[in-house]
Amino acid sequence: MEIDRRKFLTIAGITAATTIGKKVIGDTTDVEQIAGLPQKSPLVGHRWAMVIDTRKCREKSGCTKCIDACHSAHNVPQFDNPKDEVKWIWKEHYKEAFPNQEHEHVKEGLLEMPAIVMCNHCDNPPCVRVCPTQSTWKRDDGIVMMDMHRCIGCRYCIAACPYGSRSFNWRDPRPFIKNLNKEYPTRTRGVVEKCNFCAERLAKGLHPACVDACEEKALVFGDLEDPESEVRALLRENYAIRRKPALGTNPEVYYIV
Amino acid sequence: MHDAGKIIGGLIIFLALITSPIWYNMASGKADYTPELKYVTTEKQCVMPTEYMRARHMDLLNEWRNAVVRDGIRVHTSHEGRKFNMSLTNTCMDCHSNKTDFCDQCHNYSAVGQPNCWDCHIVPGEVQ
Repeated sequence: MEIDRRKFLTIAGITAATTIGKKVIGDTTDVEQIAGLPQKSPLVGHRWAMVIDTRKCREKSGCTKCIDACHSAHNVPQFDNPKDEVKWIWKEHYKEAFPNQEHEHVKEGLLEMPAIVMCNHCDNPPCVRVCPTQSTWKRDDGIVMMDMHRCIGCRYCIAACPYGSRSFNWRDPRPFIKNLNKEYPTRTRGVVEKCNFCAERLAKGLHPACVDACEEKALVFGDLEDPESEVRALLRENYAIRRKPALGTNPEVYYIV
Repeated sequence: MHDAGKIIGGLIIFLALITSPIWYNMASGKADYTPELKYVTTEKQCVMPTEYMRARHMDLLNEWRNAVVRDGIRVHTSHEGRKFNMSLTNTCMDCHSNKTDFCDQCHNYSAVGQPNCWDCHIVPGEVQ
């Protein structure tokens, strides 16, 4: 059956007319809004960024609340074999996270200090430049987004990302997801995935899952272009570093050390 | 015409052979049924008129996909003016939670195979 624009409009018009007609006559069709729509208004930003206060993060050793919250919200699988590993947010030692930003007499214990790392949502993202299908791109609000529908699994982006923020699904991830969040899709074998700054939560007016999960409030999320935002206040008052700044990727995750 | 009998006979056998799946399906009654969709919802109206959904749901799903993922637009306004969250997992499957008795009915009938939606999107009740 072929429906052209004209025919579709006719059908839509007739249906609309019938609905209105019914209402006039007195048929009380239920027209209340359905659930599933954002209750709060979406968070809108011009340059989303995150500030991680590693001093606060250190206070609770062995805490993985942000990692757990993210990975269960986004159905990130847990593989036993590190070769298959898929991760959105994880811990890295200072010396690996911030190479060339240490020296011989650096503050005691700093090099071994774990830092929470994730996709930096770079202002100049190399992964976006190399993607042949534009399945990863930078949104107007700065989020480096993935469209799983388009990803062909070429892994150029993995090669391009200097932070190791991207993971490839070598195996079907479904059997390895511990607690399935039924509201969020899983991935399939053969696509790349990474942190999306919780774009789906921002749309519901919520902060990213890792930010909400952190009891120490070590992770702060906000709009960098808003001078009144919490991230701007933190950056004004504290000295913050970024990962591998010399590469010119302009990471938008800042670390107070 | 030389060997007309052989040629025409051969043609008839050839036609019979290549159309045999059609005859087979007709004889066995495999194609001789109307797919029956079960509706397990109390909702009376889908996000678009039923006729449109029947013929063009795949286009609507593609539009939703592009709007949500690429443009960040998540609210669909239906022909009746109702607002819906554009989500296959959370809106479509809320009402049509019976994939086997709904989606698969026509997809199997018309041999439109296995759409790869379900590689990632969760079918209610299918995974633990």
